[in-house]
Amino acid sequence: MIYLDYAATTPVDPRVLDVMLPYFSGTFGNPSSVHRYGQQAEAALDSARETVASVLNCRPDEVIFTSCGSESDNLALRGAALAARERRGARRILTARIEHHAVSRTAEQLEAYYGFQVEWLDVDAHGMVTPEAVEKAIDDGTAVVSVMYANNEIGTINPVAEIAAVCRQHGVPFHTDAVQAAGYLSVDVDALGVDMLSLGGHKFYGPKGVGALYVRKGTALVPSQTGGGQEFGLRAGTQNVPYIVGFAEALRLTAGEREQRAAHVRSLRDKVIGTVLEEIPNSRLTGHPGQRLPNHASFAIQGADGNLLLTLLDAAGFACSSGSACKTGNPEPSEVMTAIGLSREWGLGSLRVTLGSHSVPEHVEKFLEVLPALVAKTRALH
Amino acid sequence: MPKVVVAMSGGVDSSVAAALLKQQGHDVIGMMLRLWSEPGKEDSNRCCTPDSMALARRVAAKLDIPFYVVDAKEVFRSTVVQYFLDGYARGVTPNPCLVCNRHIRWEFLLDRALALGADYMATGHYVGLREEPDGRFALLRAVDRTKDQSYVLSVLRQEHLRRALFPVGGYPKSEIRRIAADFGLPVARRADSQDLCFLAGEDYRAFIRRNAPGIARPGEIVTRDGTVLGEHQGLAYYTIGQRKGLALRQISARSEPFYVLAKDAASNTLVVGTADELGLRELSVKDVNWISGDAPDGPFRAEVKIRYTAREAWAGVTPENGGRAVVQFDEPQRDITPGQAAVFYRGDVCLGGGTIV
Repeated sequence: MIYLDYAATTPVDPRVLDVMLPYFSGTFGNPSSVHRYGQQAEAALDSARETVASVLNCRPDEVIFTSCGSESDNLALRGAALAARERRGARRILTARIEHHAVSRTAEQLEAYYGFQVEWLDVDAHGMVTPEAVEKAIDDGTAVVSVMYANNEIGTINPVAEIAAVCRQHGVPFHTDAVQAAGYLSVDVDALGVDMLSLGGHKFYGPKGVGALYVRKGTALVPSQTGGGQEFGLRAGTQNVPYIVGFAEALRLTAGEREQRAAHVRSLRDKVIGTVLEEIPNSRLTGHPGQRLPNHASFAIQGADGNLLLTLLDAAGFACSSGSACKTGNPEPSEVMTAIGLSREWGLGSLRVTLGSHSVPEHVEKFLEVLPALVAKTRALH
Repeated sequence: MPKVVVAMSGGVDSSVAAALLKQQGHDVIGMMLRLWSEPGKEDSNRCCTPDSMALARRVAAKLDIPFYVVDAKEVFRSTVVQYFLDGYARGVTPNPCLVCNRHIRWEFLLDRALALGADYMATGHYVGLREEPDGRFALLRAVDRTKDQSYVLSVLRQEHLRRALFPVGGYPKSEIRRIAADFGLPVARRADSQDLCFLAGEDYRAFIRRNAPGIARPGEIVTRDGTVLGEHQGLAYYTIGQRKGLALRQISARSEPFYVLAKDAASNTLVVGTADELGLRELSVKDVNWISGDAPDGPFRAEVKIRYTAREAWAGVTPENGGRAVVQFDEPQRDITPGQAAVFYRGDVCLGGGTIV
């Protein structure tokens, strides 16, 4: 099997696993405990927090550990919206249809159950949200703005620094979901100027089940999960020390190796994009041609059943994904495909190829060898 | 190592089929069809609820085989559900399971299995298969006669049987349950059901009312001699042989029960009569499928089954031109129902069948 789905998840780096192992049975204490077991665990937790803060270029007490990127998105959006309503009477949420469901579904719930109004920002044909679109929609009644850093389905990188500046001008907190971006883009929150930023460990060779939310000092947030005072009162629950240690190590390694990793996958990605567009008739790139993640190639293939194509690819030994990825065989074009204006005929034929540290030219060559025939088979069965 | 796609449903039969093939050393792939359900009733379609899908997925994981779900909603709706509604609109009682087997399982799914590189496709049907000396394949009744499903597979042809495997057909059902337990398969102990999958466990009349309300128009209930006995609610709501629910006018002191004898779509009348009028000695079929690929040269003796649950009856079968045949029973048969299939057997071999006209 050849794995070409690094945007879905990545294997844990052995160096990351090594630093995690001592914290399961050896240094197992509860960081909140007074005794030395607790002190050792707390030291590990603090050290991890400092590591993350140094990568994010922020203060350690601005880093909140969570259980995953989705939880970070939930805490940011729900927490900031509820706090803004409490303090400013603001009731509008600005976000986009291209957001991960962790954001868009949370926004919809805030509208359905909490009396907020969601305004869906325009995106262009590349799935990009422009600062102008935010400027047009933002006002005093805006509680929070959320625009993702890079899109998981189509790889487009949004101009988050410019959007953050617009929000700053209007005094509205800005959240960005950087879960997909963090593997390859700088997450310097100072340079980006964002107020909140979500991360998930398993997208950059860390473990699943751990994430983080950066919350700029002074950003008002109502906690989603209440209980003990962990994570500065913003996220109750005993910290998952081994996973947090692994998360921090994975992020540290990622920051240190970012350039090499990006260079490694970029040439492979360009080969995939070039060959697919050349050899598959009636195919097009989805997302921005230039402003896209260096490991991310995504396509729409007219008249092909994306789900069937994934099945054929898997049977042939290639693990890929699609925008309408659906294990229940109930395909609908994804909201992202619809948002960028693709018809059903194109939107159902989406294919995502994402590369990573174990990808080698031979993988890509083999993949590109079999793909045209499998697309033809899929189209013949349409 | 031959590659086999198993059409899985989450039920015990197809799960055991996959397990047996895997044990025999085949390269096994599980596939499941996602069929159409009425909007809002997706949880009730017997064949592909989220529950049964999760179950099939767990079986595949247990057996360590790849598993894929194939979307067949639109083709199922336009082929099978439409056939069902059209049949009732024409005043017959269609059997959509045969159409599903012919066009969905053994065409739509088989095409996809072959695209995956499969050499064979297997299902959990209780039937047997035998390669004859001339290289043709014979479809056989199941060893467990109480579970025999050759009736619904009588629509298959050589091109299908050449690719088919029926691993559970050689076992009694009780043995299949035991094998499932031996393999530790997490299959539900749900009861076998003969309801149509897309009826969501409801009566077919309710389904027709919701999905094709126009096809059922009230009309007269008459006897063979033309006496009007009452009004029916729409021919689609009645079945040949039905006795209850006719709401007939009292015509005389005698209270002999009346049965539905026929549905006359042209005049929109429901013909009823007494029990002694119910039996018929002869029927005609159209769209006959001869599994061997060749129609018999002339008349032959066969056992004939006129419904999935009916007992076989001896008859003389005379093939005619244009894919038709005439069946002459030794004894009169009750409840001969246009739209259902008449299926012919010689010994263990299912010879094929056609649609009763």
